[in-house]
Amino acid sequence: MDWRARSPRFEPFTKREASSALSKGLKTTIVILTAMVVMGLITLPGLRQAVQRLRRTPKTEEQARREVMREPISTPTDVEAHALMYWLSAASPASLEPTAIQLPLSADPAERSKQLLNALIARAPAPENRTLPAEAILLAFYIQPDGTAIADFSDEIVSGMPSGILSEQLAVQSIAQTLGANMTGIRQLKILVHGQEAETLAGHLDLYGLFPVPSPAPAAGTTPAAPSASIAAAPSPTTPAVTGSGQTKPASAGQASPAPGKKAP
Amino acid sequence: MSHDWNDSGILVAVPSKLICFFFVWTIAAAQAFSSQAQPEQAPAAPAQPSVTPSIPPKKSLAVVILDPAHGGPDLGARGSSGISESDVVLSYARLVRISLEAQGLRVILTRQANDAPSFDDRSKLAKAQRGSIFITLHVSSTGPPGTVRVYSLPQAPVKQDTASALHSGLLPWDRAQFNFIDQSRRLAELIQIQMAQRFHGSSETPFEAPVRQLRTVGAPAVAIEVSSVSLPDRAPLDQMGPGLADGLARAVAAFRTLYETGGK
Repeated sequence: MDWRARSPRFEPFTKREASSALSKGLKTTIVILTAMVVMGLITLPGLRQAVQRLRRTPKTEEQARREVMREPISTPTDVEAHALMYWLSAASPASLEPTAIQLPLSADPAERSKQLLNALIARAPAPENRTLPAEAILLAFYIQPDGTAIADFSDEIVSGMPSGILSEQLAVQSIAQTLGANMTGIRQLKILVHGQEAETLAGHLDLYGLFPVPSPAPAAGTTPAAPSASIAAAPSPTTPAVTGSGQTKPASAGQASPAPGKKAP
Repeated sequence: MSHDWNDSGILVAVPSKLICFFFVWTIAAAQAFSSQAQPEQAPAAPAQPSVTPSIPPKKSLAVVILDPAHGGPDLGARGSSGISESDVVLSYARLVRISLEAQGLRVILTRQANDAPSFDDRSKLAKAQRGSIFITLHVSSTGPPGTVRVYSLPQAPVKQDTASALHSGLLPWDRAQFNFIDQSRRLAELIQIQMAQRFHGSSETPFEAPVRQLRTVGAPAVAIEVSSVSLPDRAPLDQMGPGLADGLARAVAAFRTLYETGGK
């Protein structure tokens, strides 16, 4: 026990001092904390909105910046030409449709392929025609002597891809068909994601193997095929349909990308 | 020997003698049996060659592995209204299970709740079952709403190592589906025709796509994809459940007959 507690003269003073000091400190703390909580509650919705805005805005700005400012790949051999691009059909979103656009195309197959794939990502006529996410970037593209091409895309091709067998298959078909229709000399395609082999594109389509690239149609590059020449719904006899994993087969009109061979009973 | 005569020696020696006696008796019995059997069979072989046809073991389809795709943190396709593929396919799988069990088939679900087995873990279930088929259920994020598409793996070009593996009867695990492409396509045809009858706008012929889940399944395997999570609410998707279950049960029953009779 200290000396003040032992002395009866000091006892009331000690108790009073302690209780008043405690209550003052406690009161101050409570007031400060309450003020902070109130301020937090007032500013929270605003902060949340700002975070959401920040989350959305850079993506859109980045996307817009990329579309406007992207340095087009140009080579000394570039010639302005009609390129056939395969985007989603406006009439039938479950199929692809060739669209002719003007594009400077290099004589070098690898550069030409890069120009085509960049245009496939960036120059879709409308968002609903896109087959590849607008944020996706083609990081690298190589062609091996045997006609095997390796396309390396950024992670956004996975994160921005609508999940599903149909959408993923159409994405790969749009790449293969576009490369095949524009005289790149590519026979098959391997897709990498950020330099690595990915198991699937967005949870469904197998990226394990090589995708066949169809040889160009006779009039490819000059005349766009008929609007009915969509791949999945009503492929044109002149436009070979690709079945995603290994076959290029002549399309038959009126059939919805059927499996070859036997007909269902 | 001296140690045979003490207490522990006797205890050890008696069982040893019994074992030796039993061993010798077994060998003698086996020789006697073979000497009885051989004289009857041996002369018959040159005179009358065995013409008994080898009866192949009867193939029977008894198990259906149902795979509600995705699960756990992997929600699969997600609609703007909050519909997630992993939830919808799980409810479909439960309905389909009832329909298939009514046909006397054993049904195994690759996941019972919101867990996430790997592609290979799901495939292993089919590998472990003799006479099974594998059906993986999906809901797309695109495509004409209310339609169903059935996929089987396309016939891939045969690589050198795969060709030699096929010749030897062994296939790498990651290409286990290769031996079942034709059967899978037949199953896909039967299911797709049932879907076309039930869901207006669905194709009458099945599709081919390199679906990752199918590649490692060592049994007839198809993927079924319903369109789509882009619907404003889940009710139309739920309404498709009974039709999907009934159509699948009928198609599997038809496939079972073909499978067991070896028909094409």
